[in-house]
Amino acid sequence: MIEIQQVSKQYGESVVVDNVSLSLPAGGVTAIIGPNGAGKSTLLSMVSRLLPMSTGRVLVEGLDVTRADSRELARRLAILRQDNHLPLRLTARDLVAFGRYPHTGGRLTLEDKDHIDRAIAYLNLEPLADRYLDEMSGGQRQRAFVAMVLCQDTRYVLLDEPLNSLDMKHAVAMMGTLRRAADELGKTVVLVLHDINFASTYADRIVAMRAGRIARQGTPAELVRPEVLSELYELPIEVHEIGGRRICVYYRQP
Amino acid sequence: MAELAISAPVSGRAPQAWRLWLLGAFALACAIAFMTLGANGQWSFVIPFRGAKLAAMVLVAYAVAVSSVLFQTITHNRILTPAIMGFDALYLLIQAVVVFGFGQAATAASHPVAAFLLEVGAMTAFACLLFRWLFSDAVRSLHLMMLVGIIFGLLFRSLSNFVVRLIDPNEFLVLQDRMFASFNTVRVGLLPIALAAVCAASLLVWRMRRRYDVLALGRDIAVNLGVDYRRTLMLTLVAIAVLVSVSTALVGPVTFFGLLVSNLAYQVMGSDRHRYTVAAAVLLSVIFLVGGQTLLERVLGLNTTVSVVIEFLGGLMFLVLILRRGRR
Repeated sequence: MIEIQQVSKQYGESVVVDNVSLSLPAGGVTAIIGPNGAGKSTLLSMVSRLLPMSTGRVLVEGLDVTRADSRELARRLAILRQDNHLPLRLTARDLVAFGRYPHTGGRLTLEDKDHIDRAIAYLNLEPLADRYLDEMSGGQRQRAFVAMVLCQDTRYVLLDEPLNSLDMKHAVAMMGTLRRAADELGKTVVLVLHDINFASTYADRIVAMRAGRIARQGTPAELVRPEVLSELYELPIEVHEIGGRRICVYYRQP
Repeated sequence: MAELAISAPVSGRAPQAWRLWLLGAFALACAIAFMTLGANGQWSFVIPFRGAKLAAMVLVAYAVAVSSVLFQTITHNRILTPAIMGFDALYLLIQAVVVFGFGQAATAASHPVAAFLLEVGAMTAFACLLFRWLFSDAVRSLHLMMLVGIIFGLLFRSLSNFVVRLIDPNEFLVLQDRMFASFNTVRVGLLPIALAAVCAASLLVWRMRRRYDVLALGRDIAVNLGVDYRRTLMLTLVAIAVLVSVSTALVGPVTFFGLLVSNLAYQVMGSDRHRYTVAAAVLLSVIFLVGGQTLLERVLGLNTTVSVVIEFLGGLMFLVLILRRGRR
């Protein structure tokens, strides 16, 4: 369980995250949605201790993220941010192997090798495992980073816009992988999504943010409704039920 | 470069090991050549005389190489080194201020070790403050950092020139030797304390050795993987400050040497693992310093100091790196 208690972030006068309290139960896929500048990424960064918060605190399974031992935390919670550009010459397997660092402190054991192989297989990266990251496409690199985060073997996996730079096929594959990670491996996946249809079709819970606050939260059935989304995005959005899934249509306004 | 494609991340028996052995053998050959070539005197005189000089050069080579590679790792760039950021100029400034403030009595002439310790202490404190102020807020533009660094280097150099002008001419003579890099006038008296300082800094770095590969992945990923980022950064900076102090105290400032050997090491190793890059940078800098000195002094019979040649090559490397970056 991740408990966010009265967390705020402000830069000078401007408040980016405004007194947010939220609890995310363990298990399942939670999507954070909302318009640009709603504070989604900032909130995720604070939960994962990448960014210090101005006020409030965050507990991950009872551990205060700003005070707890960082390595202890790294065995429970993993975060992947959006632009992962590395100026280093590393193979995908090398990168995935770093996921074991919180557990072994850099000395790989045979057990670690199993974890690495499994994470690579989970993302279907076997043919690319020994390829250098700078020789891969953006989508392949993104998969390698997700494999690293899975290899970290944490209960909580936080991802900031993991579908960025992925085409439709790879976006669907990525969401499928994350869904399976939640279902088969019992992980708690929290991700920031821009495509509300992915949130609608894959998430168990949706948290909608707007202007630094939590606007609404609930199941896709509760949130993916025209009146809720239209107000959230300030854009007329139709919701149609197609094959039992709620699909939002907003592309062309009359 | 075909063999670069073979990677053996887990076993560690990579082609890199062979390259390191080669570099090591070459460095050893340079050291032997330095000790023996043209030695037509009493061995009982030659060995301690040249030995002390060799020891000083190896110490400087080690200090410059390790501090440069680690500095580039913690700042996530490959163009800046402590020397380009003006750390050595800062050390000179501190030296000048110490001479100015306490007079000659308190410095090299009478208490070289005490003065050295004082200077290293002040240097470490200042470097940490400066660094904290520059790098505390997440990521900043590399170009901004470079600009700030070069300006700081200039500022420190000008300030120490200014302080020098305030100093009594006799005391100035003590300082003058140290303002320019020279491998001919190594301050041998400082060797034991310099060695001790280098060992202490190395121990500090050695304890954190496994973190540096993770740190190189960038701040966010390093924090995600549980590296205590701030602490590692500050401790590493302390070690770097000590290493820079040692090399500057022994031979004076060398601006582009660290840049040259660190970037050559990355190229030669074709791997970014610190166990390879740090070792390769140390060996390369021994080869450059000791080999270069032997070549100039013994073979070519020139009186030019090797630092001029090294600075020239390093300066070229600096230009190449900047131009290459600009094009991308």
